[in-house]
Amino acid sequence: MRVTIPLVALIGGLALATVAVLTLQRPPVHVEQDGYRGTGIQLISSPAATAAAFALNQAPAVLPQNNAGPPAGSIYKNVQVLKNVPAGAFARIMVSMTQWVAPKQGCGYCHVSGNFASDAKYTKRVARRMIQMTIYTNAVWKSHVKNVGVTCYTCHRGNNNPQYVWFKAVEPPHATGLMATETGEARPSLAADGSALPYDPFTPFLVGKPKGGVNAMINTAGTTALPDGNRMSIQQTNWTYALMMNFATSLGVNCEFCHESRNFGSWSESTPKRVTAYYGLHMVRALNNNYMVPLTGTFAHDLLGPSGDVAKIDCSTCHQGVSKPLYGAPMAKAFPYLQGPATLADASPTSAAASGEANPAMITMTNAPAAAAPASATPAPAPAGQTGK
Amino acid sequence: MPEYQNIFTRVQIRGPLHDGVPAPSGIWGRQGKPFFSYFLGQLGNAQVGPIYLGTLGVASIVSFVIAFEIIGLNMWASVNWNPIRFVRDLPWLALEPPAPSDGLRLPPLQHGGWWLMAGFFLTTSLILWWARIYRRSRQLGIGTHTAWAFASAIWLYLVLGFIRPLLMGSWGEAPPFGIFPHLDWTVSFSLRYGNLYYDPFHMLSIVFLYGSVLLFAMHGATILAVSRFGGEREVEQTVDRGTAAERAALFWRWTMGFNATMESIHRWAWWFAVLTTLTGGIGILLTGTVVDNWFLWAVKHHVAPPYPHIYGHVANPITSGTGAQQ
Repeated sequence: MRVTIPLVALIGGLALATVAVLTLQRPPVHVEQDGYRGTGIQLISSPAATAAAFALNQAPAVLPQNNAGPPAGSIYKNVQVLKNVPAGAFARIMVSMTQWVAPKQGCGYCHVSGNFASDAKYTKRVARRMIQMTIYTNAVWKSHVKNVGVTCYTCHRGNNNPQYVWFKAVEPPHATGLMATETGEARPSLAADGSALPYDPFTPFLVGKPKGGVNAMINTAGTTALPDGNRMSIQQTNWTYALMMNFATSLGVNCEFCHESRNFGSWSESTPKRVTAYYGLHMVRALNNNYMVPLTGTFAHDLLGPSGDVAKIDCSTCHQGVSKPLYGAPMAKAFPYLQGPATLADASPTSAAASGEANPAMITMTNAPAAAAPASATPAPAPAGQTGK
Repeated sequence: MPEYQNIFTRVQIRGPLHDGVPAPSGIWGRQGKPFFSYFLGQLGNAQVGPIYLGTLGVASIVSFVIAFEIIGLNMWASVNWNPIRFVRDLPWLALEPPAPSDGLRLPPLQHGGWWLMAGFFLTTSLILWWARIYRRSRQLGIGTHTAWAFASAIWLYLVLGFIRPLLMGSWGEAPPFGIFPHLDWTVSFSLRYGNLYYDPFHMLSIVFLYGSVLLFAMHGATILAVSRFGGEREVEQTVDRGTAAERAALFWRWTMGFNATMESIHRWAWWFAVLTTLTGGIGILLTGTVVDNWFLWAVKHHVAPPYPHIYGHVANPITSGTGAQQ
């Protein structure tokens, strides 16, 4: 009988140790002061996690510059975006794109063999829009991407589809009838670092045009000492909290990277990185609203999310766990033609050209017969009337 | 092993099993045949039972079970009655209050009605249990200190879940029932109302909470340290100070120049504990009702010091006119 108490204590201790080893981060933890003393603005990092992220976020070697040759549009057919780019630079971009996005499949991932001008493959139509999106990002959103810029590799990293994207969450199975309904929270939230906060903080904030603007939805904290008509609720704050948790984990940082934790809402107490993050939020919204969502019908059906929505962007799509994508390697600088001018990216997101319908050779997935796979769709130009919406 | 390192009792007293002192009999007698338990004897008294349930006790337990079932079954329903996910995800699950848009209306069951009902039965259960404690104290002829200390905790509970939501005009202001969700609520509460750490009543509550811990450690250590001289007979030593009480008093007078008495230490401890939830409840009650941002309130009243902005002026991109919006 007397042996059992130490035994119970031993088993309990082992159970606790197992949970600790499996769930807690391995020490040591590095703390770096990043603000005035006493403000608690400290950056927290783990050498093990940093080393792992460093290995995963190396920029690839870039091909040597080659700006020789006549404008690509004058020697290749159906060049719509990069038509004024010298043929040498054009070829360099094309070869680089293959390395960045389809290293296994090669040119045939987007192009029809023997007819590179054809837009028959949906991947080519998506890629064209993605080039415009890259140029748009580098030219218009300098407030966020600064001099680092983006290339296809920033998100793709050698994968056909970027690894870190989000889809509108589908409600998990939930008993119906009189039982309490789904509230979008109170289950393990992968998007909010495993907390019980809302599991889809993306849909309300990163896509669509909510009435009153997204800033008003995010800024819930009181802005005056005494009550002054701010009716933002604690429940709404949960959604902001979840979004911010996602920001932090996407960048591999803690709150104090941007905020002064004694007053999260105050801009004057924040670090300048918060301003960069603010533009990032609106950049992501612009990319989702103007580039990704209009492509919904162009993508293959099996690339769409469980509720039929297109893959969308959040911070982690580019950042992938580090505060500067690829540790700030200025990849875009090596590709001046992917940096602008902005007019190249100007195709209105609502125009048919944005999703490819203007080109008679394009057959979008929404219009294609269900049986016709994009690869087998006829590359021959069809009368415009046949591809009408 | 040095004695003070042992968390278990060193002595198990086993007299004859007994029912305890006679008390005015109610309609309920004391239930259960008392027995000895070695394991419980390691932590406290080895004799278990009899227990007195009584009308209030039974009513309280019934109310608690109803609340517990409403909360648990709604959590189970939220994982579609899947037992494995229920166990695995239990710390994340919740029964949430009505949406803020419902105000103080009585919403349908599935939109917060269950939450209101669970709150009603849990509150009923707590108040019945309080009355039971009060009545048992009276019937045993002892003071009602325990009841009033418990009332202080109930005050904080009622402020959070009932009084403050009433004043704010929205059940949605109340915390959910759930292990992690109520912790998330606590953080969001502080974020929404500008950092609860600058709420002076929250400060007081923390002082009393940590003070309780300190007093508990000092008192527990002192009594254990003098128990070899009979120091655990604290109450009678209040007036009849033996060598244990004298040595305990001397120890503190030598180390900090002043000492509590065998009586006063218990008053301090009781008040520190009671004031923890009493001041905490006041702090919560003022939040949102009379103060909307505690940090700005603290700046206004020169509580929060300004720090140099080492990054220069960081302008709000929303109001500075440069804020590209999408």
